[in-house]
Amino acid sequence: MSEDASAAPRYLDRADFDRLLEALGARGYTVIGPRVEGGAIVYDELSTSAELPIGWGDEQEGGHYRLRRRGDAALFGYNLGPSAWKRHLHAPRVKLLEAARDADGRLRFERVPAPQPRRAFLGVRACELAAIGVQDRVLVDGAHVDPHYAARRESLFLVAVNCGQAAATCFCTSMQTGPRIRSGHDLALTELIDATRHGFLVEAGSAAGAALLDALPTRAAGAADIAAAEAAVANAASGQVRQMAQAGIRDALYERLEHPRWDEVASRCLSCANCTMVCPTCFCTTVEDVTDLSGDHAERWRRWDSCFTLDFTHLHGGPARTSAKSRYRQWLTHKVAGWHDQFGESGCVGCGRCITWCPVGIDITEEVAALRAVPDTSASGAS
Amino acid sequence: MPDPMLPRVFTVAARHDETADTFTLELLAEDDAGLAFAPGQFNMLYAFGRGESAISISGDVAEPQRLVHTIRAVGTVTRALAELVPGAQLGVRGPYGTAWPLAAARGRDVVFVAGGIGLAPLRPAILEVLAARRDYGRVVLLYGARTPDDVLYAEEIARWRARGDIEIHVTVDAAGSDWRGNVGVVTQLVRRAGFDAAHALAMLCGPEIMMRYTVIELGRAGMSPADVHVSLERNMKCAIAFCGHCQYGPEFICRDGPVFPYDRVARWFDAREL
Amino acid sequence: MEIHDLEDYLAHHPFFAGLAPEYLALLTGCAGNVNFAAGETVFSQGGTAEHFYLLRDGRVALEFPHPAGNGVVIDTLDAGDVLGASWLVAPYRWPYDARALAPTRALALDAVCLRGKCDADPALGFDLSRRFAAVIVERLHAAELRLTDMYANPAADASDAAVTAGAAGAA
Repeated sequence: MSEDASAAPRYLDRADFDRLLEALGARGYTVIGPRVEGGAIVYDELSTSAELPIGWGDEQEGGHYRLRRRGDAALFGYNLGPSAWKRHLHAPRVKLLEAARDADGRLRFERVPAPQPRRAFLGVRACELAAIGVQDRVLVDGAHVDPHYAARRESLFLVAVNCGQAAATCFCTSMQTGPRIRSGHDLALTELIDATRHGFLVEAGSAAGAALLDALPTRAAGAADIAAAEAAVANAASGQVRQMAQAGIRDALYERLEHPRWDEVASRCLSCANCTMVCPTCFCTTVEDVTDLSGDHAERWRRWDSCFTLDFTHLHGGPARTSAKSRYRQWLTHKVAGWHDQFGESGCVGCGRCITWCPVGIDITEEVAALRAVPDTSASGAS
Repeated sequence: MPDPMLPRVFTVAARHDETADTFTLELLAEDDAGLAFAPGQFNMLYAFGRGESAISISGDVAEPQRLVHTIRAVGTVTRALAELVPGAQLGVRGPYGTAWPLAAARGRDVVFVAGGIGLAPLRPAILEVLAARRDYGRVVLLYGARTPDDVLYAEEIARWRARGDIEIHVTVDAAGSDWRGNVGVVTQLVRRAGFDAAHALAMLCGPEIMMRYTVIELGRAGMSPADVHVSLERNMKCAIAFCGHCQYGPEFICRDGPVFPYDRVARWFDAREL
Repeated sequence: MEIHDLEDYLAHHPFFAGLAPEYLALLTGCAGNVNFAAGETVFSQGGTAEHFYLLRDGRVALEFPHPAGNGVVIDTLDAGDVLGASWLVAPYRWPYDARALAPTRALALDAVCLRGKCDADPALGFDLSRRFAAVIVERLHAAELRLTDMYANPAADASDAAVTAGAAGAA
């Protein structure tokens, strides 16, 4: 990745946007990007810009999500959909291995080669880039490497898009993950749309990005383009109404394991696991074993799991976390506190999906604030 | 790229019952490469078609060719493992996790406290201490079991006792009138044991409730929580800090444990439903 | 053991730590040495609790007798332990058998004598009661721990399936 690459931003006109898709296609990338499906933005394969959510914005609040017409033809005028890129990297279901047993009880294991798709992600927001980095730390940067994640991650080309506005559920500024795209991308786009123009400020974040940018019909970005892009990002920052104070958050949570707020939030939490499914960093999985009818062939599958399920902590004798309170506490405390000990950063990137997609509108920022507003009065808090 | 979820094939060389629900498997690697480990570590044992279970290694580090696991039939996987006969095969991934602090124990008194099946993960540490007996001070084993029939490694314990260089107290929760040993809870044995609390290192493995009260008794005897090491257990799916199941506060028990200095986990030990 | 030795022994026994010297002398007057051979009965269920014992060595089993002969041992006591609290509370009967498992030496303290002295001097009565309460509470707690049946195999439920994994306890 070259720092210089981003030094000279270019301007790509909307009319030439499909050249970007074509250039990616020519380099063997399958493009995954945003499209409207079932009333929401989802990330799926696309081949032309016509498939993008043209003119769509979204409206989000705790437990609330609606697509709204923006009144313009913006390609990236929405904020975030429910489904993070996680689905395409840390796949919901992966076959881990196949096993065969012969008549003498002898075993043979076959590893399942991880598919190595060559893909470009189009429309990755700053918080989502941060989330991919967070999962990298979990799945490839430790003592062990998850080959399935690594294979999907390795050949990835990332076309990021700066946000031009914030949803009511966004709080990336306080998590210092956005809204400005700073690293981890190959290309960063900022959509510029007004009465006089519709185009994109394009900055390269890597050598591969710079090479691709060279192949596009762009012109040098002018001062007005750069200023408009800055204004767009500034608008996304200033529009954020939520925040989560980070100073001292780890110890604050550790000291509040028996805080009465956990009972309060548990009275609303349905343990539905939505927050863990939409969270771009939640990585937990379980394993399923299946055999065929002959009983001689078996497979092991890994699938997403959630710490909100009762089975999650099942040990002989029963689950360790029986109450909804203990499971919510685990999720939140791990996300914003324990993650610092485990991976040196927060597990929360401030995307706000868990707020939007909680059926009862539980708000992680509100819960953390409520916990921190009152010290744990119970004797056993940190004893 | 190596696949950390791919097991190696091992063959059952011997199997014998320890108690009514607990058995020991001796396993040989099909590739003859053995499995070197440190006392306290565990493996993921795969029973064909049933799944994996995290099981501590109970063998002798001096014999890495012969992998020994003492297993209690307690779930689908372990019940399937119980049915394996000599010649049958299973999958093994490992070893994983942290080890008993034997290097730190050198020159000091060593107190092993085991409860129930908890003697199995301590056995490699006991064997290593006994193999280099002169490197340690006084050595004590306190062991609590449910009944005399539930005492693991009873013959081996008798051999250890006969050496005369390890103080062993075994107690059971209840016994018939033919039992000559202790009846009572293992925590009560701490007082009986001869060790220098200021220069001892304790290694505990058993039910959490047993370890919790043993820590209190050791503290009462003058031991610092930093000198007490506990082995913890949680649901595990991967053993490599990917699946998230075994988290205990910020600790992955599979990676940061299972053996922890007590002072590192004391805060989580006291929390409910963690 | 001479009287002097007895007093010295009592004075240094943890059970009597900090006891006022005049009470120590008084207790010494109620104490005597006893020996039990392996298998010998120390006291029997239903018998009158006329003593309590400080075990000096050996081992004593507390045992609920069974009509069929094979009783259930519910506790064992070793050197340094206090045996018998029934002398404190009416009707002063032993609730179980006590049987020496090994040659056992003990000090027997005459409870009838002690009860009289405790009645006459409530300060002594309170002091002794508190010392016994500590022993009783500790044994009760140990019994409560055993009631949890913490070593039991909990997996009667077949549905716990492949999820029963764990490291330390060798699931």
